[in-house]
Amino acid sequence: MVRYATIVIGILTLSSCAPGPGENIEKNTVAQTESVDARLRVATTTSLYDTGLWNVLEPLFEEKYGMELDVLYAGTGKALEWGERGDVDVLTIHDRSREETFVERGLGLERIPFAYNHFLIVGPPDDPAGIGGLSPEEAFTRLHGMAGPVFVSRGDDSGTHSREKSIWISAGLDYDDVRTSGDWYVEGGNGMGPTLVMADQMRAYTLSDVGTFLSYGNDLDLVPLVDSGNALLNVYSAIIVSGTDNMDGAEALVEFLLSDEGQELLGRYGVDEYGTSLFHPCGGEEPDQP
Amino acid sequence: MKDLAEAARLALKMITSGDPVLYATTLRTLLISATATALSSLFFIPAGAFLYFSSFPGKKLVTEVVRTLYGIPTVLVGMLVFLAVSRTGPLGNLGLLFTPAAIAIGEAILVAPIITGLTFSALRTGGHELAETALSLGAGRWTAVLKVLSEKRQVLLTTVLVAFGRAVSEVGIAVMVGGNIAGYTRTLTTSIVLAVGKGEVARSIALGMVLLLLALSVNVTLTFLDPERNR
Repeated sequence: MVRYATIVIGILTLSSCAPGPGENIEKNTVAQTESVDARLRVATTTSLYDTGLWNVLEPLFEEKYGMELDVLYAGTGKALEWGERGDVDVLTIHDRSREETFVERGLGLERIPFAYNHFLIVGPPDDPAGIGGLSPEEAFTRLHGMAGPVFVSRGDDSGTHSREKSIWISAGLDYDDVRTSGDWYVEGGNGMGPTLVMADQMRAYTLSDVGTFLSYGNDLDLVPLVDSGNALLNVYSAIIVSGTDNMDGAEALVEFLLSDEGQELLGRYGVDEYGTSLFHPCGGEEPDQP
Repeated sequence: MKDLAEAARLALKMITSGDPVLYATTLRTLLISATATALSSLFFIPAGAFLYFSSFPGKKLVTEVVRTLYGIPTVLVGMLVFLAVSRTGPLGNLGLLFTPAAIAIGEAILVAPIITGLTFSALRTGGHELAETALSLGAGRWTAVLKVLSEKRQVLLTTVLVAFGRAVSEVGIAVMVGGNIAGYTRTLTTSIVLAVGKGEVARSIALGMVLLLLALSVNVTLTFLDPERNR
């Protein structure tokens, strides 16, 4: 019995420490002998994850700093929750007011903007609601209360969802009324990519960051209809979680994002594939243009 | 429809050409689920035997509860394990959240009722008789129980395989406590969720085929072990 238990515990330990083959072929093997705590965990918004950006950043960072990076994706709300619980070391998210609250509460060290892009209101190419070229607030007002499934909301407390709420509010509507006012408003509860797929299938409108939209664009009929207005600026920030037990790793990741190499990579990401970059680097400063 | 056929062709190619990510994910999934099943069997085959051989008030109720828990929702187990192993939870200092070990623990809990209940059922045909025979031959109580379990090993192996089938196909626990980290906690089922969300049809189909193949091989093994099963 004891021997059997030893084997089982052995397997358990093995499966918790050894990275799988294949995906990790080029990863640093040092991590295999280190404890689980040596891994650095970054919680990233689904809008960053779904663009595939971390597939590029992760191996570069791991090679340069010789540590294992675990990328976890979730809406900003869930990422903040993980941060508050101390389950992740760094957040890369996009909801300024909640980020500032997080830092004010002493849960995070500092809010460091590292890149930005824009939100878009996207919809069916024939634009049945005729919102093309309107301001975000005018567009939302027009969509409000139309028949059928018209607007797909993230509905997941994410940064994009927060932004959507604030546009409803600046359009002079009460968000709870909007949310419960009928079948036209669909709460998907999914990440950015799946939400775009859902809106596409329903021939409905949704709010998306430009990065995810471009990386999903080829597979979707949706087109961007509203792409300008102050309400559409989308800033991504990094925050180190105060209670992290991997401060060195967390600082290294922020340093990497702000480094010349990291910033150049951010600014170039997507150019080859989509003809335009998905992000604009902003080197730790708040971008001042809309 | 043409797209779907094309995607299926790509999927087959992915499987036959040995797509490294697909194979690594499959291997990882097997390792995690096998660990979970082994861990759970270690504790809950004895628990099932205890339930059968002991008599206490409320035994019938316990048996019923165990049976009811066969279908315990995976997301419920996922949520409980998340709350337990999260840094602020009672087991937080173990640093288990978002590791393969956390998934294995969750799946071990998930299949515990199945293992307990099926062990109990397995012993119901002739368990006491076997035990009495062993006792009359001079075996001690524990040796007698081990003897009975060993006599029933074929049915118990079936139990273990059924449990493995449940563990390998669940997704709620793996997503919640594993976090679907590429190359670390990503399993076949969580990969499918991600691939479908991304609209990666070919990859979804390839992953689905492998998962189905795993389930099928479990089933074939079961039939092989117990020729009576399909009669």
